[in-house]
Amino acid sequence: MTELPVPGTLAPTVPGRWHRRPGRGQVTVAMSVVIALALLLPLGLLALDARAAGWTEIHRVLFRERSWYLLQHTVFVSVLTVVFAALIGMGAAWCTERARLPGRRAWTVLLVLPVAIPDFVVGYAWHSIDPTINGLFGATLVMTLGTYPLVYLPVAAALRRTDPAMEDTAHSLGAGRLSTFVRVTVPLVRTAVLGGGVLVFLTVISEYGVFEILRYQTFTTEIFTEFQFDAQAAGALSVPLVCLGLLVLAVDGIIPRRAVTSSTTSRVAAPQPLRRATLATVAALGVLVVLGVGVPIGTLLYWMAQSQHSTLPAAATLGAATGATISYSALGALVAVVLALPVAMMSFRRSTTPRIFLERSTYVTQALPGVVVALSLVFFATHYAFVLYQTSVLLVVAYAILHFPLALVCVKTSVAQAPARLADVGRSLGKGPMVVFLRVTFPLLLPGLLAGFCLVFLTAVTELTATLVLAPIGVQTLATQFWAYQSEVAYGAAAPYALVIIALAMVPGALLGLWFDRERHVRANLTP
Amino acid sequence: MSTIELRGVAKRFGVTPVLTDVDLVVPDGSTTVVLGASGSGKTTLLRLIAGFEQVDAGTVSIDGRVVDDGVRSVRAQHRGVGYVPQEGALFPHLTVMGNVSFGISRADRSRAQELIDLVGLGGLGRRYPHQLSGGQQQRVALARALTIRPSVVLLDEPFSSLDASLRTGLRRDVARILTETNATTVLVTHDQNEALAFADRIAVLRRGVMVVSADPHELYRHPPDVTAATSLGEANILAAEVAGNWARCALGAVPLHSHAQVNDGPAQLLLRPEQLVVHLEGGPDTVAAIVVDTQFHGHDTLVDLVVDDPEHQALLARVPGDLVLSRGQRVWVEVHGHGRVWSIDHGTDGESPAARRRA
Repeated sequence: MTELPVPGTLAPTVPGRWHRRPGRGQVTVAMSVVIALALLLPLGLLALDARAAGWTEIHRVLFRERSWYLLQHTVFVSVLTVVFAALIGMGAAWCTERARLPGRRAWTVLLVLPVAIPDFVVGYAWHSIDPTINGLFGATLVMTLGTYPLVYLPVAAALRRTDPAMEDTAHSLGAGRLSTFVRVTVPLVRTAVLGGGVLVFLTVISEYGVFEILRYQTFTTEIFTEFQFDAQAAGALSVPLVCLGLLVLAVDGIIPRRAVTSSTTSRVAAPQPLRRATLATVAALGVLVVLGVGVPIGTLLYWMAQSQHSTLPAAATLGAATGATISYSALGALVAVVLALPVAMMSFRRSTTPRIFLERSTYVTQALPGVVVALSLVFFATHYAFVLYQTSVLLVVAYAILHFPLALVCVKTSVAQAPARLADVGRSLGKGPMVVFLRVTFPLLLPGLLAGFCLVFLTAVTELTATLVLAPIGVQTLATQFWAYQSEVAYGAAAPYALVIIALAMVPGALLGLWFDRERHVRANLTP
Repeated sequence: MSTIELRGVAKRFGVTPVLTDVDLVVPDGSTTVVLGASGSGKTTLLRLIAGFEQVDAGTVSIDGRVVDDGVRSVRAQHRGVGYVPQEGALFPHLTVMGNVSFGISRADRSRAQELIDLVGLGGLGRRYPHQLSGGQQQRVALARALTIRPSVVLLDEPFSSLDASLRTGLRRDVARILTETNATTVLVTHDQNEALAFADRIAVLRRGVMVVSADPHELYRHPPDVTAATSLGEANILAAEVAGNWARCALGAVPLHSHAQVNDGPAQLLLRPEQLVVHLEGGPDTVAAIVVDTQFHGHDTLVDLVVDDPEHQALLARVPGDLVLSRGQRVWVEVHGHGRVWSIDHGTDGESPAARRRA
């Protein structure tokens, strides 16, 4: 037996092969702290902005009849949209996941398409058809058509995950189809509906373009108008809007969530026959798709066909705007995904309370409307970093901040695909951490990173408000050009820009669809 | 020379101690099975030897070289320790060939192919992990660990996720391959059959403390305490009265091992079920008993009995499979071999004498 060296006095046999005890993931924690602070920066800047405006200014802007009127408008349209989007989203999810629906695969794609069509384009389409579509009715119609996929997607995923045996059991206990739906299916997807509903609410209170087109005044339209004359009043007006968003996020956070036991079998629910209701169901879904996708695209094509060549934009202008949109959106998506990676790794590898809290804090940006983030960045640039003012850096940063939560959701899924034990095995086979990262961790993360990139890119391409505020003077993106033309009621000139936006958003949308489908395969393969 | 040696190893996660003052020596080329219930710290023990975790106190040495002394540790990638994780943990994005050749250079593909053939998966090199059965995945994981020509191989519950029918065959193959490669092996499991069949030595880990480390035969016959006795297989634990080299219990006087060092007085007596021989007719040194229940296992049958006296001492006997007994039948029991006793005042480890066998 070899004599044991005295601990501590031992010289490293090979220099550099020893390491001091590492902090468990302290690097990712430190990075996450920095990222979370950066994401919460707009909130702090908003506070500074409001303080700079002074109490009298806040008082003048907020404590008047008009604020009450704006608050009512904002809440009315948000609540109505949430209700309708939840009903439509749940119904559509049940149809595609549990009913014997003809052409099921095609419907799962068609029902999600509105995600790729900017809401302001839908608003423009309807308004150009009939200018009397406006006010609360028009705003609710357009926002519902644009946001129901935010409920449909999580509910469909939840229905796919839950064991169909629960519904079978309910039937065997004598519950009818409606009774089973209300007493078993709805409670099973409750969490998904709530999550989707919160997203819808936050989307609606942040919306600007639709309400401007449909002449429905909310806080965002007011902030935007004020911004053009008096930036400080705009800052003050943002405060109640942000409070509303934070309130909804907080309510969402304190609602208790029961963990739904997910199905361990790969058994798929036997689709229920619709029988005589088949035609009515297909017709209803068809109407939904026509209203949300057919009408906007049809209107755009109609306006393009109507215009003379002279009123259509030159290919060069369109090309430049497309280039600007792609580069800003891609950069924003890249930054968001790169920032999401350490946060996802931190919270997945070890979920302690501080780490979960840190991760959750990054979701707060969801409650920040694009116009508010944009204004806070303008405030930041004008007060602290003037070199950045009127540069594209601010726009890219705004995209990254606004869409960080989307990136995080996707990246977290992929981090779960690359558990630490796989990296451990790689190291035990004699490979250093860099090699293991490149050959094991990164390839496993890649699909999720790409999905996050696609999702943020898609959302950034269809973004209007922050782009209008932050696009440097002289730079035109597809969204700002479209906006400029439609404001002048040059519908024909605006149409090509909207069509390119939709085309750009469809590509990552299709990739995302593939990814979700693949995830399903992965799950099916893991279950014996 | 690849002896693994752990001295006074302690490890805690946060405030939860996982391992406390663990000593373990695995001699060169031998196989030690660490037996413990889930949560006893066995996986952590493997991860410390592999270098994925660092000890809080104590030392780990491999081949006489300290690799972790509580202050600094040699990184996992420089230890040359083959690791077969639970359920294989194959890289899902790589083929069987990609997995096996992960740790070696491209030029060494032939070695990867040799190992794939060695574990009996020749021809499956292009498959992906999800296209393999559980047993095949384990074989790939073993081949992958062996590519780096490790002098030490660690296996974490390698057979626990497999069907019983697959298990025996794979266990035999793995034992053969490891013997051929002459690697020092540590396997952790919660399955006593696996431990007894696989091990040169068995180490029992209980709540982070190493209870004993011994030869399986020795451990089966002379376990250090009641819990160790029951964790290694079915056992009768009887109340007894020791006098010299004899213990008097419900089955009469039972001889003790000559080297048993137990004070006279009340004690607990271990008799394995196979030490109780069941006769259909009475004879000298037999005690009458009634059959309560039988569990037929094919090659043998486990018989629940009660002694036919007012005490109704419950017993468990193992009889040949061709001996058919029926409930309520009267039989006679004779004790073969020697008993193992522990004085009541120590070594009982809080177990009630009624705890007769492992669930």
